[in-house]
Amino acid sequence: MAIAAFDTPKLKGYPVIPLIQVGATSHLKPFVASAPIQKAVGFPEDLVEDWQPKAIAKMGDLLGKYRSLQVYMDACVHCGACSDKCHYFLGTADPKNMPVARQDLMRKIYRRYFTWAGKIFPWLVGAVDLTREVLDEWYTYFNQCSECRRCSVFCPYGIDTAEVTMAAREIMGSIGMGQKYSNEIIGKVHRIGNNLGIPGPALENTLEGLEEDTKEETGLDIKFPLDVKGATVLLITPSADFFSEPHVESLIGYAKVFHAAGISWTLSSHASEAGNFGLFIGNYEQMRNISMRVKEAALELGVRRIVVGECGHAWRVAYSYWNTLIGPFDYLDQRYPVPQHICEMTDDLIQRGAISFDKEANDNRIITFHDSCNVARGASMGNMVGGQFIIPRRIITSVANHFHDMSPQTVRTNTFCCGGGGGLLTDDLMEVRVKGALPRMEALKNVVDDHGVNFMAAICAICKAQFTKVLPYYGFDMSMIGGVHQLVSKAIRLGDK
Amino acid sequence: MSLLTIVYALLFYVATLVFVVGLALKIRSYSKTPAPLKIPTGPTPKTTAGVGWRLAREVVFFESLFKSSKWTWIFGWAFHAGLLVVVLSHLRYFQEPVWLPVVLIQPLSTYVAGFAMVAGLAGLWARRWLVDRVRYISTPSDHLHLALLLAIALSGLTMRFVVPTDIVAVKVFMLGLMRFDWQPLPADPVLLVHLTLVALLLIIFPISKLLHAPALFFSPSLNQADNARETRHISAWASALDKRP
Repeated sequence: MAIAAFDTPKLKGYPVIPLIQVGATSHLKPFVASAPIQKAVGFPEDLVEDWQPKAIAKMGDLLGKYRSLQVYMDACVHCGACSDKCHYFLGTADPKNMPVARQDLMRKIYRRYFTWAGKIFPWLVGAVDLTREVLDEWYTYFNQCSECRRCSVFCPYGIDTAEVTMAAREIMGSIGMGQKYSNEIIGKVHRIGNNLGIPGPALENTLEGLEEDTKEETGLDIKFPLDVKGATVLLITPSADFFSEPHVESLIGYAKVFHAAGISWTLSSHASEAGNFGLFIGNYEQMRNISMRVKEAALELGVRRIVVGECGHAWRVAYSYWNTLIGPFDYLDQRYPVPQHICEMTDDLIQRGAISFDKEANDNRIITFHDSCNVARGASMGNMVGGQFIIPRRIITSVANHFHDMSPQTVRTNTFCCGGGGGLLTDDLMEVRVKGALPRMEALKNVVDDHGVNFMAAICAICKAQFTKVLPYYGFDMSMIGGVHQLVSKAIRLGDK
Repeated sequence: MSLLTIVYALLFYVATLVFVVGLALKIRSYSKTPAPLKIPTGPTPKTTAGVGWRLAREVVFFESLFKSSKWTWIFGWAFHAGLLVVVLSHLRYFQEPVWLPVVLIQPLSTYVAGFAMVAGLAGLWARRWLVDRVRYISTPSDHLHLALLLAIALSGLTMRFVVPTDIVAVKVFMLGLMRFDWQPLPADPVLLVHLTLVALLLIIFPISKLLHAPALFFSPSLNQADNARETRHISAWASALDKRP
């Protein structure tokens, strides 16, 4: 399937809600997972013969297991509050990218098979049979949702389309219609230990290379330890931090913070991945199995604390789910939050005066901060409401002199997804990714024009990868995106304090 | 006893039964379905008291809707506030003596609330036609819900301001229903339309989108506190996975 050419949307000075264009992105769907990929994660290899009754049975199963799904299927009144809140709708104008319409793809099946009204008067309540056409539409539009939860903030009942998307993907996976990108990555985590498929020796090699580079830069022996038993901190970070630009700059930043604060730390070759794509496909057991590697590594290495690197959905899973999935963490040091975000750790060190900075080192940068969706709406930081917004900004303003926030409608709880989250960070969805980035790009353009912003910091591996790819479509330099610890790395005082 | 009285008496018993039992079953199913993961959405309170305050703001002020769309909020809030006052003022048909607060709100109900309901419903319905996004998502059932509520409000206002009905007789009928001592119902066409539609509303409540009222309280994104790291949250079926070797 060749990727057809498409037009990048024009950036406007203020947000415009588009008129709907029916079917605008009906042609965009990711590759379906092949038989070996499906098999590796324990799903049927192909669309099963009796997929329809199986899908309905699976839906019934999920309705009984997840209160969210049951309540969200019933509660919607079609008020339209969410209809202009999704970045994919704003960027593509396809009405099925309105959260309510995306949910209705499942709700119309729910009504048909699980409610009286839909069984007796399907036409009245928009209930339809689960046909192959409906299934294909599910595959298309439930793979154009990044599970960013922006809609849930604006819904009067808190209906979270992410929960519906996850359920739909779970159902499709269970009948043999998985998504290639996510399922292939989950297979790699089980086989190798991380999303990028970097084996232990290659990781060791990379870290040695980083030690040499950092020595060259600073003249100091800053370590990037791997599998060190008895270290205080186990750092769980997205594997993109090992290889990708600009991700690796933040990894160097973490290492410098550990060095400057004198905290012994280690990475693990067994759990060399913070990301957890089990979340994206809505599969509890996958999510649990992937998380279990972290627990195993922590016990094996005998660490006292677990710290998580810059990764959005990983932080959601770690902060909101780990205690459920792999807790309790009674074997770790209870004086620190478990797990702790690298930003929480750095911020704490800054507040205590344990590390200090030459802020002028970042004077060439005029910085803004992109709140990553899963951190903003699926997790928190610090023991305070809104800590996930306060702490990264406090770090940035501690290490740099020039900071400007983007429009209030596009940051903090209201933040827009980068356009590549939720398992959409794949080239076969490039058109959706570029168009979905539109609201963020418009907000960015405003601070670029008004304040000369030239750097957008983020704390998510997917945001960094997505923006690196998408910024040039909108005429921005790809090096504008980077990590918070990339800024920390630049300004931190090492050695004699 | 006229056939009319018997039919309406039975209709109201059935409607009340469907409403109460149907709603109770739904609420039971919501409360019994586990929420295996912590999924509160931002801005999330840290404590249970904070969650209570958040839900109260949603119920009383429609806070999230206010953030989303000012027009929908104005119409939606006017309708619901009007409905609340009207329902409370209708309590006078079901009690003797009438509570003082119910007496005190009568003027508000008569001169403000009924019209607020109609204006709100009209605005909400207009959105279904005028806003292309809302038009796209509207089903026949959405339009019929609005038609039903509007017809109830308009028939009520008609009896109050245009063709008065014998409300003393209506009250006697209602009290009779409650005491299982049936009394005749006046054969006023507007009243019969009004009562039929209200019975219909009660009947469809547990099987329609009107369930948004109880569902709000069970929405995990709104009713959970942000304390995942401090308190381990685990459902029965998820806990069973931990016991597997």
